[in-house]
Amino acid sequence: MTLSEHARYSWGGDEFLLVEIAPDMSLEANFVANAMAAGLEDRALDGVVDICPANASLLVRFDPDVLSHGELERIVRELEAEVKKAAVQELQTRIIEVPVWYDDPFTSETEQRFREGYHQRPEGTDLDYSAEVNGLANAEEFIRRHHETPWLVSMVGFVAGLPFLFQLTPRERQLEVPKYLSPRTDTPPLTVGIGGCFTAHYSVRGAGGYQMLGIAPAPIFDPEQKLADFADFMVLFRTGDIVKYRPVDEAEYKAIQAEVEAGTYRYKQAPVRFSLAEALADPDAYNRSLLEALDA
Amino acid sequence: MPETKASLEILTPGLATTVQDRGRFGYYRFGIPQGGAMDQYAAALGNRLVGNTEAEAVLECTYLGPKLKTDAAVVIAVTGAPVDVLVNGAPVAQNSRIALAAGDELSFGVIKGGTKFFIAVAGGIDVPEVLGSRSTYPIGKMGGFEGRALQIGDVLPVGRPLAGALPVLETIPEDLLPSYDREVAVRIMVGLYDHKLTSEGLTNLTEAEWTLTPVADRMGLRFDGPGAPWKEEEQPFGAGQDPSNITDAGYPVGSIQIPGGTQPIVLHCDAVSGGGYAQAATVISADMDLFARMAPGTKVRFVPVTMEEALQARAERRARFERVWS
Repeated sequence: MTLSEHARYSWGGDEFLLVEIAPDMSLEANFVANAMAAGLEDRALDGVVDICPANASLLVRFDPDVLSHGELERIVRELEAEVKKAAVQELQTRIIEVPVWYDDPFTSETEQRFREGYHQRPEGTDLDYSAEVNGLANAEEFIRRHHETPWLVSMVGFVAGLPFLFQLTPRERQLEVPKYLSPRTDTPPLTVGIGGCFTAHYSVRGAGGYQMLGIAPAPIFDPEQKLADFADFMVLFRTGDIVKYRPVDEAEYKAIQAEVEAGTYRYKQAPVRFSLAEALADPDAYNRSLLEALDA
Repeated sequence: MPETKASLEILTPGLATTVQDRGRFGYYRFGIPQGGAMDQYAAALGNRLVGNTEAEAVLECTYLGPKLKTDAAVVIAVTGAPVDVLVNGAPVAQNSRIALAAGDELSFGVIKGGTKFFIAVAGGIDVPEVLGSRSTYPIGKMGGFEGRALQIGDVLPVGRPLAGALPVLETIPEDLLPSYDREVAVRIMVGLYDHKLTSEGLTNLTEAEWTLTPVADRMGLRFDGPGAPWKEEEQPFGAGQDPSNITDAGYPVGSIQIPGGTQPIVLHCDAVSGGGYAQAATVISADMDLFARMAPGTKVRFVPVTMEEALQARAERRARFERVWS
């Protein structure tokens, strides 16, 4: 797919600029959003308050008393052109392995509290439903498809430290599931869920509308910054990070939790250079090379 | 200046009393909301009366205030939503400087309009700054007092009052006080995803009268009215199936989403930072304080303005702050 020549620019009141790269989700649109965010950050403009790259768009908060909206738009349009004409489209990032206990008792218990009036299939489970709407044989097949290829953190937000992730696989193989008919008022912390084509990893307990697949043993938001992975900042994920989910069983889930409790847990991770062209040209080969970097 | 610092003991916490300041900026990309006093202007009036700068943290009270006791002489002021203020059970003036002696108890009646009033204390509420702000972020359990609303038995540290005499201004003049009307015009800028609304949807949003429902808090405020339908179009890949869905994007503070085309929701200072609902307009920065002054049932009109008018309103709001501080 190709992006339109120009993004759509719109104002959110007098303090926000929305740049919609594309209305639909794609790796290309996300790459442009992230590259524009990085470029804007590099310019360190006075008056720019927040730069929020999202799935296929970019939101900029600014102080119009310091930076006029006309000047901001001019600079951002310039950046857009630069990013789109760059010959080499690359992102220096990292790949992180995230353990997940799929089909766990915590999310299973929660989903059974929210069936009638909330869910498309009140009688079943989120995993069975997710498998069915993707034409897969069963929950095990869905779980395998969920963790067999890496995911790209395409956006961080909603609540503190919550990542949205987009699967690095051709569109025809991407999993896509409807969100709950009406959002739950409760989701266990560290639930891994899926809604639309996105995986979300709930950083804290709270409301949520994604189908729940499993639960992770280690935090992704640590306001007290107790673990070494949070020494620099209380939020683990950055947009552009690549995540490989690794299924764990109850015993390993508990072992990792014990390490978290002892303050010794580290996420397995490695630096990688993400190349948009390579990822698009041969996704399977490219994913293998990403996983090799993680295991190196 | 007293050598020992004062503290405030919470005898009863009220409905939802939190520590707030001007807000936390620069971390929105990680989903951490700005927070801060929901009525920045009313909070600033309180800080002014007690001789603080605009930066000191205050207590934001919702409907039902706390009962608290001080262990030392402190200077306080109560501003915002109209409420009876009592010291040791005897009424004292709101929007005026109040001197409390050690052991004095401060309590409140029921508010007579709006939802939020503020308690400012000379020296400010001295909880640690987290990411540059003392505002409470309850979902993330950070900032404020232990990351949560106040509870019985909490003891809040008070900062050392600023050196120098208290301001001459002891009472806020009537013409500088916020108003608590039951009919309010809120200025908005149409935009973001307004092209996805039907023409009827856009007309209803900008011309009809909307009523604030009880579903309203620091995260967002839901309004009842004729609905604002979205166009039935094929949805782009990545967006949800409902016409009110978009591929998840950042949410401007003050933006108005209309899930399912029924009830507009104005996102406020603790709102989620992004998600998959289309937004049709954004409240201008100068009018964000108005939402702390609306009780459920308040009739609201969303009046579209241009960027130039929004900037003019912003300048007028700034001038009002400067008048308070002059």
